[in-house]
Amino acid sequence: MTAILKVIKPGLQTTVQDLGRHGYQQYGISPSGAMDSFSMQIANILVGNAVGEAVLEASFIGPELEALTDIVIAVCGGFSPKVDGRKVPMWKSFLLKKGQKLQIGPSVNGARAYLAIAGGIDVPVVLDSKSTFLSSGFGGYKGRALQKGDRLSGSPVIRKPFKSLHPGLIPQFEKELNIRVIIGPHEEMFSEKSIIRFFSETYTVTPKSNRMGYQLKGPKLEHINGPDIISDPVPLGGIQVPASGQPIILMADRQTTGGYTRIGTVISADLPLLAQAVPGTKIMFSKVSIEEAQRFYLERGRLIKLLAMTVK
Amino acid sequence: MFEIKPLGDAAIRVSFSNDISIATHQKIKRFISVLEVEKIKGISEYVPAYNTVAIYYLPYIISYNELAGKLEEVYNTLPPEARYQPIVYEIPVYYGGETGTDLAYIAKYHKLKEEEVIDLHSSQEYLIYMMGFIPGFPYLGGLSEKLSVPRLEHPRLSVAAGSVGIGGKQTGIYPGSVPSGWRILGITPVKLFDIHNTPPSLFTMGNYIKFFPVDKKEFTRIKNLVEKKKYRVKTYIRSCEHD
Repeated sequence: MTAILKVIKPGLQTTVQDLGRHGYQQYGISPSGAMDSFSMQIANILVGNAVGEAVLEASFIGPELEALTDIVIAVCGGFSPKVDGRKVPMWKSFLLKKGQKLQIGPSVNGARAYLAIAGGIDVPVVLDSKSTFLSSGFGGYKGRALQKGDRLSGSPVIRKPFKSLHPGLIPQFEKELNIRVIIGPHEEMFSEKSIIRFFSETYTVTPKSNRMGYQLKGPKLEHINGPDIISDPVPLGGIQVPASGQPIILMADRQTTGGYTRIGTVISADLPLLAQAVPGTKIMFSKVSIEEAQRFYLERGRLIKLLAMTVK
Repeated sequence: MFEIKPLGDAAIRVSFSNDISIATHQKIKRFISVLEVEKIKGISEYVPAYNTVAIYYLPYIISYNELAGKLEEVYNTLPPEARYQPIVYEIPVYYGGETGTDLAYIAKYHKLKEEEVIDLHSSQEYLIYMMGFIPGFPYLGGLSEKLSVPRLEHPRLSVAAGSVGIGGKQTGIYPGSVPSGWRILGITPVKLFDIHNTPPSLFTMGNYIKFFPVDKKEFTRIKNLVEKKKYRVKTYIRSCEHD
């Protein structure tokens, strides 16, 4: 274990995340994990890590970090890094030399950036995962977001040649998104008009959006008999509609169960794009079948596998 | 009733009824105990709730349609009756005082003495219908109607870990510090959630909780033992239960 990075400025909310803590929702434990799992996995691929290795996830304003030893890193996602004040490319691995300062962001076009380090980040594995679960204060680095003066350890390896993602594969984070949704499970608790409204009008991402959920603003959705249900399990991407009629999309740090009607669930393939949505982003929802959604899911999985084997 | 619906593209929701009942709860218990034996490939975890179960799965191992078919088979071959011997956890509670500020309100609301509220609250075995909300939180059934009180108009920004409260027709314990609109009548020194334990949650669905009152001195004594990891929650087997 070697000290690899020192935190000069922590950024708005920088946490250690991997692909999440699975198998414990029956005890009320949220899976957490990287919000944009696509950018996160690509960052790992570029530095030669296993796709599920822990990375740093930065939100809106990234951290400033000093390398305590030579490390190979890659930054992917919605905002770009500078080394000692000079812009360096994203979606590409490079060497950060001991003493160099890496500044990530502030955000340019997406909400989150991912920093992968060749050899990974050494934090304790808590319930099978290195992910930080902020609201309960465990996992990741001491169960919290990074603070000034924190020192991260790893097992750094200098992997060469450096790799980059083909420019055609770099996701574009747009201010207008088409997000695909599987309807339900409580669709029959909404008026027919509201269902039509949901799939034809535009909803805007509000500043009240974080790792727990994205609060949207738009045409009001009406319930037939109120918004309350007998509490049931809530999946990633579940779109909850409380009494206000304004949808909330439940994200990585969501509660495992909830007592409000859900009109639909965002498909897995579109969650990374949604995770990058900044306040003000306009969202149009479209309905897809479970069969279509699972085809997109498999395509996405195959792409990541292929990249893991071929990126040079 | 048995209804299967997709919950997005990586989970399935099975509904067993439209309401909360012990019969539904027991059916869910039988259903997940069969799932545990069957070990259907591709299932990553399942979350039982009051009247539904969510089954999370990996679509590259099993598709929605395949899994829906298998779950229907499981349902159709459920044993008609099963016997359970649920565990009852005996949870010490220091009622009233600074850490149970709403005990007086609850007593006044129902025109009871504080001791009567404590007696009523601690004489019941509460069924853990499900776990959720925050790590280690049990959704309980069985609160006496004589103790049901309206929630606070303005929820408190935070209640202490271990707080025992009543909100509407529900009672429960908060494993961690959270905002809450429940009326707090006491506090337990027992740790309900610890990442170093296997499983990390003291409670599991299908078991029971029984509270017993302790005074402040005993509360402090137990709290010290808990901190030294030397306190063991007492349990007993509930008299045979079947459906």
